[in-house]
Amino acid sequence: MNLTLDRTIQPDLVEIGAVTIQEAKLSKLDNGIPVYYINSGFQELIKIELLFMNESFNASNPLLHSAANRMLSDGTAKYTAQQLADGVDYYGAFYETEENADYCTVNLYTLTKHLESTLPFLREMVTKAVFPESELGVYKQNNKQRLIVENEKVGSIARRKFNNILFGDVHPYGYFTTPDDFDKLDRTVLQAYHSKHYISDNCTIIVSGKVNDGTLSLINKYLGDAGWKGDSKSVSALPAMNYVGDKTQFIEKEGAVQSAIRIGRRLFNRNHPDYPGMAVLNTVLGGYFGSRLMSNIREDKGYTYGIGSALVSMKQEGYFFISTEVGADVTTPALTEIYKEIEILKNELVEEEELAMVRNYMRGTFIKGIESAFHLADRFRSIHIHGLGYDYYQNYLEKVRTIEPEEIRLLANKYLNSSEFYELVVGRK
Amino acid sequence: MIQFQSHTISNGLKVIVHEDASTPLVNVNILYKVGARDEDSSRTGFAHLFEHLMFGGSVNIADFDGPLQVAGGDNNAFTNNDITNYYETLPATNIETAFWLESDRMLSLAFTDKSLEVQRSVVIEEFKQRYLNQPYGDVWLLLRPLAYKVHPYQWATIGKEISHIENATMEDVKSFFFRYYCPDNAIMTVAGNVKASEVFELAEKWFGEIKRNIAPRAQYPKEPEQTEARSLTVERDIPFDAIYKAYHCCSRLDPEFYAVDLLTDILSRGKSSRLYNSLLKQKKLFTEINAYHTADFDQSLLVVEGKLVKGVSMEQAEAGIQEEIQKIVNETVSDEELQKVKNKVESTMEFSEMDLSSRSLNLAFAEYMGNANLVNTEINLYQKVSKADIQNQARKIFRNENCSTLYYLAQKKK
Repeated sequence: MNLTLDRTIQPDLVEIGAVTIQEAKLSKLDNGIPVYYINSGFQELIKIELLFMNESFNASNPLLHSAANRMLSDGTAKYTAQQLADGVDYYGAFYETEENADYCTVNLYTLTKHLESTLPFLREMVTKAVFPESELGVYKQNNKQRLIVENEKVGSIARRKFNNILFGDVHPYGYFTTPDDFDKLDRTVLQAYHSKHYISDNCTIIVSGKVNDGTLSLINKYLGDAGWKGDSKSVSALPAMNYVGDKTQFIEKEGAVQSAIRIGRRLFNRNHPDYPGMAVLNTVLGGYFGSRLMSNIREDKGYTYGIGSALVSMKQEGYFFISTEVGADVTTPALTEIYKEIEILKNELVEEEELAMVRNYMRGTFIKGIESAFHLADRFRSIHIHGLGYDYYQNYLEKVRTIEPEEIRLLANKYLNSSEFYELVVGRK
Repeated sequence: MIQFQSHTISNGLKVIVHEDASTPLVNVNILYKVGARDEDSSRTGFAHLFEHLMFGGSVNIADFDGPLQVAGGDNNAFTNNDITNYYETLPATNIETAFWLESDRMLSLAFTDKSLEVQRSVVIEEFKQRYLNQPYGDVWLLLRPLAYKVHPYQWATIGKEISHIENATMEDVKSFFFRYYCPDNAIMTVAGNVKASEVFELAEKWFGEIKRNIAPRAQYPKEPEQTEARSLTVERDIPFDAIYKAYHCCSRLDPEFYAVDLLTDILSRGKSSRLYNSLLKQKKLFTEINAYHTADFDQSLLVVEGKLVKGVSMEQAEAGIQEEIQKIVNETVSDEELQKVKNKVESTMEFSEMDLSSRSLNLAFAEYMGNANLVNTEINLYQKVSKADIQNQARKIFRNENCSTLYYLAQKKK
């Protein structure tokens, strides 16, 4: 028995010191494509991300960007979809795409020893996709059915409808996809979009993992030629967001045993000087397990399995939201408690003890967020999209370290006014 | 290659350390050898409810999460049929906070009525959110009792029904805790910027005084061999029909596991796989199609499941699956196909080692399987699988009398 052990006292802590972020380095391919690369980690593997900014959005063919990106692997003049998949899978590599309202990415993950075998397939898909009619038919049918299934989930309806309420139907941030939209996809339009859009002038490459000169010259060999240049059209401006809907909306879902709740507002993105302070405020309110919303609505009341809040930063703007799914019978009391927590932030100063916990939690989470080469690549992309440099992260960490309770209260009064909030409930009240 | 050192401290707690000086972090993972299979059939969902209670304060520390967050850390936990696993990730300089917290809740919980009352509600909301309020959410609540008649895998980790959670008493909680939460029933791994010798000392300091306690465990009832095909048809308020075919197969611990794993990869891993190309792309029978192994510690299930394209009949859909199954039973797979899935396993393992927390969990899991070094040697067991091994497993598993089929139909609208 260790008699000196006092289990009631927490062991001494060491404060997290300065954080060094390994920065991406820049190289250029022969055709001018910028390659940002991060050489980090012991594993013999690599991720290559090709990033294409979206161009104009047209609400009459809203799924064009995402369908074009997701169907790159569905066939070229030379290879069928299955042959392309075999080409990547045989080497144990992974091919993935990601689509959002600002940009699309095409990603190849592979062991470095198979980079030269898999890069030709990446090149083929990105530059030679032909969108075969039969594949398009399968794509439409299956995605339409998937969306119809999603429309049965209160959480999924709330997520998509809430963005629609904030940003409106004519803007890609707010467009509410319906199953019929898949029918609007047309092979000729997809091909035209592809040839204009998937060009080296609209491409940025982010490479992470085991990267050396050999890696970069292989990438240059397969993606650095002049064969996929094109007119570099400047990105058309996104339409204005001017949607003003009802502040409080309710969508009834018969038979629901839980209601999904979303409350929030449009807000600035990472480029705004108040963003780091708002990130701290958001963490206090609903950004971590010990948050006020979680402590009250889950850990005290037991109304939900989980509740949280978040800041979302897109290229043009952003938003703040609170989200949860609660027992249908406690929907109204849950709403009351959510608004109560917001009022407390506006009226009372955060105690120093709680703030210290939030500061340390946020710094610890930040360090976790730069753990591997792939994490570092994501951190780079986040600032790159917004035209920011690495000083953004140092400013952010400095704000986390120094923000005072009074500033948090000021931010709450400035940005968390219920008159500016939208509230959506999907389920039963 | 994951390097590690292991040591069993005086009370039987197994401690495994993986040193990685390249990270400022440390991950502390504690695996308790208890899961839903240890529950009484009239008190199901208990292992998982218990996982929630482990965050409700321990004998000397009122709040688990707060001190960890102050130390710059976060944590999570999960429960499955076989294990309950807890972990913290935090700056390595603050490692002792994780030892302080984990050792106190292994020593004893606070057992407050408030915590039990609230977590019962939270788990009931989890039950609703994940199993009742989702289309196709109750599939496993139906499929398990169809496939298992005797073994405790017949209920889901969340429990058979909400009433079992509602009826949990403090007495149940205490007896469960003292039966299973003891050092000789746990495996601790510590991975990150640490020195093994220091970790072993810390383990002795914080955990050494906790008494070993594990009672000999009864054998889990063995599921008798299934001798005739079973099926269940249900109608639900969902938009599209779905089919689930569950076949009994070996456990995660059996030597045949690697062949079964590769068999399911050939059938459905990725866009180059058989079921995807034949049934989704060419025949257009399904919008989603999958085959996988549940990889449990006792006899497991190989499941083939798909959502039907609107207008396709259940007979057509099932015939499509049967045709692919007959093909893999009757014809050996090609060399390329086998090499492809082996290559995929190799790279998946390499990618999974990027994260500290997965290295830590993988070590704990391998140790529970019998040998932590399996994290490094399992790849060889995959490499040894032959085409004949795959076909033998296909023949053994894909028999109608070994199958339980769930027909999950969209309700006819009135």
